[in-house]
Amino acid sequence: MNALLVLIPLALAMGLGALGLFLWSLRSRQYEDLDGAAQRILFDEKDGPAS
Amino acid sequence: MTAGSRPVPAAEARSLAGCAHCGAAVAGGARFCCAGCEAAHAIVSGLGLDAFYARRSGEAGAIRPAEEAPACDPAAHLRPGPDGTAELDLLLSGLSCGACVWLVEQALGAEPSVRRARANLTTRRLALRFSGGAEEARRLVGLLARLGFRSAPWTPACLSAAEDREMRELLRALGIAAFGAMNVMLVSVAVWVGDDMGDATRHLMHWIAAAIGLPVVLLAGMPFYRSAFAAMRGGRANMDLAVSLGVIATALMSLSETLRNGPYTWFDGATLLLALLLAGRVLDRAARGRARRAVAELLALQQGSVTRLAPDGTAETIAAEAAAAGDTLLLSAGERLRLDATLLDAEALLDTSATTGESLPRRFLAGEALPAGAINMGAPVRVAVAASAAEGSLAALSRLLSEAEAAKGRIASIADRAARLYVPVVHAVAAATFLLWFALLGAGWQEALVPAVAVLIITCPCALAIAVPAVRVVATGALFRKGVLVAHPTALERLAAADHAVLDKTGTLTEGRPELLPDPARDPAVLRRAAGIARASHHPLARALVRACPDAPAAPGVIEVPGKGLIAGEARLGSAGFVGVPAGFEGMTLVFREDEGAAVVFRFSDRLRPDSAAAVAGLHALGLTTELLSGDGPQAVEEAALATGIGPWQAQAGPAEKAERIADLVAAGRRPLMVGDGINDAGALALAHVSAAPGTGTDLAQSAADLVLRAGGLSPLAAAIRIARRAERIARQNIGFSFAYNLVAVPAAIAGLATPLIAAAVMASSSLIVIGNALRAGAEGR
Repeated sequence: MNALLVLIPLALAMGLGALGLFLWSLRSRQYEDLDGAAQRILFDEKDGPAS
Repeated sequence: MTAGSRPVPAAEARSLAGCAHCGAAVAGGARFCCAGCEAAHAIVSGLGLDAFYARRSGEAGAIRPAEEAPACDPAAHLRPGPDGTAELDLLLSGLSCGACVWLVEQALGAEPSVRRARANLTTRRLALRFSGGAEEARRLVGLLARLGFRSAPWTPACLSAAEDREMRELLRALGIAAFGAMNVMLVSVAVWVGDDMGDATRHLMHWIAAAIGLPVVLLAGMPFYRSAFAAMRGGRANMDLAVSLGVIATALMSLSETLRNGPYTWFDGATLLLALLLAGRVLDRAARGRARRAVAELLALQQGSVTRLAPDGTAETIAAEAAAAGDTLLLSAGERLRLDATLLDAEALLDTSATTGESLPRRFLAGEALPAGAINMGAPVRVAVAASAAEGSLAALSRLLSEAEAAKGRIASIADRAARLYVPVVHAVAAATFLLWFALLGAGWQEALVPAVAVLIITCPCALAIAVPAVRVVATGALFRKGVLVAHPTALERLAAADHAVLDKTGTLTEGRPELLPDPARDPAVLRRAAGIARASHHPLARALVRACPDAPAAPGVIEVPGKGLIAGEARLGSAGFVGVPAGFEGMTLVFREDEGAAVVFRFSDRLRPDSAAAVAGLHALGLTTELLSGDGPQAVEEAALATGIGPWQAQAGPAEKAERIADLVAAGRRPLMVGDGINDAGALALAHVSAAPGTGTDLAQSAADLVLRAGGLSPLAAAIRIARRAERIARQNIGFSFAYNLVAVPAAIAGLATPLIAAAVMASSSLIVIGNALRAGAEGR
């Protein structure tokens, strides 16, 4: 039973971490141009000119 | 930027026999389809960006530089940015592939004035920050135009900020619900299979599930609670009300079970239900958003500016909204009049087909009122603004349209009609279950609550709530690929029910622009030379001549005499008087004479689209009756009706008569489909049961219509009706299936046999079946 006390909080912490990352990516507007993001990975240049 | 080091693929190595810039087919092994593409290719090569052509994957011809100069003037839309820079948001048409994004960003990045350029491929929006003022902005817009990207100022009409925010809120709710569903399930599975689990451990598990489930239900359910609350205040029941009540009741019952350490909690069911429904809603919105953006793009490209003449004769370009009554405007050849005005010059030739449906241009005399929406077919003229944009006839029409739109919003979708029936029944059954267990079988109120809420969550209509949206997503996507943009959420259901089609003539059945009439006696070489000269002009007839012979090379040294014609050496192309032959040609004609030889007359008319007759036959095959309702003269209307096989026709119908005819049909119990493109059709479009506008139509007609046929022709219409009918049938099957599922599951829930495990299995399996059935909606059935 002691294993539960470690594993459940660990599992929840991992889940919460993923949720936090998702909310961060949403807030930094990474879902606004999904088509563009899929294409941009193929560009050789640094992301965007002169920035 | 380090462009020089990249391998530059030779344009000749391209295996396709297409234009080296835009990819459109070209005749006779030429590298370019037009001079514009050649110039664009030179710019791209000059910047060392040839890699674009190796990556380009967009539609052929999408980035051919427009022949007419873009009317977009960005000066009015500049915003001050940080450090004295200016910011500008543009909508770019033709931005259809990743390589286009790359080309635009690199080409702009090479400009010394540009600090930041970032294009969004989904919304086709370009965010630009640069140092400089209006002049620099015009130069950058000009550069984009020469590369083949038409731009329009990004206005709130393109994508409302609220829509953007709602989508993000839905995504956030989906993320939270998905997290909750997965993690509660972790605990729930342990309870389901852990028969040998001690009481204390199970209690701990319940508390962990509650600690995750309660906040998730509260946060992720917000979109549903808000919509349900709004419906309740309006005295209606909708699907969201059923969902909200089910989820909240489940959460409360689970909390009560947690407190008394009952055998199961149901937080997994509540959170999973929210996650599945939110996923459906996000997909629905994304599919419709794509169509809406495409419509908004068509609209934004039509928004334009006007040229105002100051008292001292200087011209300035201003937004149409900024012109006040009494201002003097210059209306150049081929330009659309955007405001009500009166004519100042002696006479003008205007194409009023968009406002009246007349296919032949009309001559106006000084002092006559000119309707907004007319196109100048003659020489540039000066006009005085009669009413500003906010007070003119177009604004009044827009207000009428938004009222009609609000009335349409009250049409309940089939899912909401089902919910209206469903919600009271389900809640009555749940209440009866509670009373049965509490009063008759003598259970405690907490035990009695479990089967009662089990009824709610088992019926809680995963299948029912996604039955219709899933079908809509698939059908909307299928129509989008066919070039039909579905702008209104209930448009498909209404289209499926249409039983009568009312068609406009000018611009709908016909091209809506002059086309060269074939003449067997004409020498093709003469046409080719004339088209070469016509390339120099933006006049509608000259452009029609170029369209008739698109591969004619541009003639050198052409001089345009505004309103009269073109001179190239000894050759003259233009009106009869200009060329020097006796006048007396009826309708739209151009006269061409080389040296002192005989004059050649080119006649033009607004001819039927090649697919109109087939499209009408398609409507008849689907059992729709048709009629033609046009503002044009009886002869032209009768000809069009005979050529396309449309039944009854009515000519010289003004905007009011058109709207009245539609209202009569609706009052008689018919469900008319109105198809029209003009300003004069907008009222009828808004009143009709369902309406469609060709993509070449006026912006007002497109915003009034439920469907926009992007390709322009009417041929996708019959296919759209077939898809809509099939989608309707599948949606009904799905709803019927959900009801059938409940007939089996509800007795089990009443009997107290349904465990959370069974509820989860029911929910997931019924959703999968409904989604699987919905996938069939994309196929074009009968």
